[in-house]
Amino acid sequence: MATLINLVVSGCATGAIYALVAIGFTLLWQTSQTINFAQGEFVMLPAFFMLAAVNIGLPFWVGILLGTALSLLILGVGFKRVVVDPMLKHGTLPLAIATMALSLMLKESVKEFYSAEAQPFPSIIPSADLHFLGATISTQSVGVLVVAIAAVVALQLLLTRTSTGRQMQAAAQNPTTARILGIPVERMIMYTFLINAGLVSLASVLVTPVYLAKFTSGETLGLAAFIAAIVGGFNQIRGAIVGGLLLGVVDNLAATYISTQYRAAVPLVLLIAVILFRPQGLLGSAEERTV
Amino acid sequence: MTLPRLLALGGLAIAAVLLLIVPFALGRYGLYILSLWSVMTIAAIGLNLTLGYAGQVSLAQGAFVGIGAYAGAILTTNGWPMIVALLVAVALCFVVGWLLGYPALRVQHHYLAFVTLAFSTLAYLLFRNEEWLTKGIYGISDVPRPVLLGLKTDSPLRFYFLCLAVLAIVAFMVWWLIRSPWGRAFVALRENPIRALSLGVDTRRYTLMAFAIGSALGGVSGVLYAPLVEFIDPTPFTLGLSLNLLLMVIVGGQGFFAGPFLGAAIAVLLPEWLRFTEGLYLLLYAAFVLGLLVISPSGLLGILDKYLTSRSTRAASAARAAATATATLGDPT
Repeated sequence: MATLINLVVSGCATGAIYALVAIGFTLLWQTSQTINFAQGEFVMLPAFFMLAAVNIGLPFWVGILLGTALSLLILGVGFKRVVVDPMLKHGTLPLAIATMALSLMLKESVKEFYSAEAQPFPSIIPSADLHFLGATISTQSVGVLVVAIAAVVALQLLLTRTSTGRQMQAAAQNPTTARILGIPVERMIMYTFLINAGLVSLASVLVTPVYLAKFTSGETLGLAAFIAAIVGGFNQIRGAIVGGLLLGVVDNLAATYISTQYRAAVPLVLLIAVILFRPQGLLGSAEERTV
Repeated sequence: MTLPRLLALGGLAIAAVLLLIVPFALGRYGLYILSLWSVMTIAAIGLNLTLGYAGQVSLAQGAFVGIGAYAGAILTTNGWPMIVALLVAVALCFVVGWLLGYPALRVQHHYLAFVTLAFSTLAYLLFRNEEWLTKGIYGISDVPRPVLLGLKTDSPLRFYFLCLAVLAIVAFMVWWLIRSPWGRAFVALRENPIRALSLGVDTRRYTLMAFAIGSALGGVSGVLYAPLVEFIDPTPFTLGLSLNLLLMVIVGGQGFFAGPFLGAAIAVLLPEWLRFTEGLYLLLYAAFVLGLLVISPSGLLGILDKYLTSRSTRAASAARAAATATATLGDPT
């Protein structure tokens, strides 16, 4: 029982990070049909911006702010202007392939210009143990969970309760009508890219103390985020959250109760099963698909 | 003779000279690179059939190269001749590819990319974990070079010619296939599946076939890859290989017959030419692919094709203008 509680809590913490990344992923898809295969690398990169800032002698919190600002600039504005805008007119698939090339480029840049070794990364959450029903839970897990949930709630409020958020939804659902109604669709799309960049920076701060900063660390995260997004339902935020949490917990349970060798296989099998039997995702509503 | 045909024949002639004569002047390493190019081209031709002609995205071609390589390595180290290994690998990849085609009947585009991506990672896990069969991370060493018709191919030059011969056979078969009604059906599947279906093309069967044949060629490539490197372990067959093969097809030009040849040449030879940049070559390659995609999503041959088309349109409109002008001049009123 104690082990189970432990596994579920730490699984939820990892899952919450997956959810953050998956939400950004689905936002990009909804507003600009961008399947970002570099999403994992987008999580890996901000940690290196922050480390670089710390290396030149800045305090850690300034590093976080600077790293986030750089991500907003490069992974938000830069990504949209340089990669997405010119590629989008060619269609979804060429753009998806371009992001694959981008992911390779980001990985190689970090390896070449920073380091190929895994770097330790300080945690913003003080490390201690909590005791609950005989289980020992680290404050890390709880902290990550709380921060991630707060971020998701804030995003949900932004999207549903503010005028800008409503405009963003309108721009995503029907750009033409939104444009007729006077909504600056282009600016709304830019906002989603900025939100995505913010989400990946947050995910980076939360996940890197656990997995260390390494140029390859985006690979597993990116895959997990795709799976979370698809399992939950590609076209909505709620789905990404459920998908992320489910994936985190299933992954943890599989590692303990099924087989450590095949732990990576369980989410993949889940993914294939969902795509085959419920392509719209567990929570998703059927989406018009181009044939 | 039209210009495109002239270009194609000229390219073929130059390629033939390069591939048949230059190897005699190359050392061991040069021959290894050329052989690797032939092997990768075979896999890329298969993927081009699935992706370029039939329009089905696959991120699993690397896994089929892996299946082929393991089938080849396991059988030949146990004393079976390579031809048997080849038949087994082709049959195995054909069946697995056929099964992988089933998701393609239900989902398209990016969803299909994810299914095949998952398959690719699962295959890697199998190679790594099923030690009784694949020897896991320790790998299978001393994969023998085959003996064909009493001729040993253990010298690099002979083995290279074997790879080249297999590539030529595969290329000819695919060339013949895409000119057959099957090839036309594949293209119809890519361009407009609903219209293809309404015209009586069995889209279901052709989708599965596109996957199965493309995957079988991945298997052929793997059977040659194993004796080429003489050691097989799971590391080459990660998702990276599938991605790399996909980029080869895209860079060369998907849906063009010569695309995989060109794409594989760039992916295999470029690192050698960019050796002086040390670790930077992958970065440069990725930047190059990204830039190329922005300019021309249909790859390098797409640029050539666009140029030739606009040239012939210009010529045609010039001819039309000339004809109108003469008609007007000739008009007595």
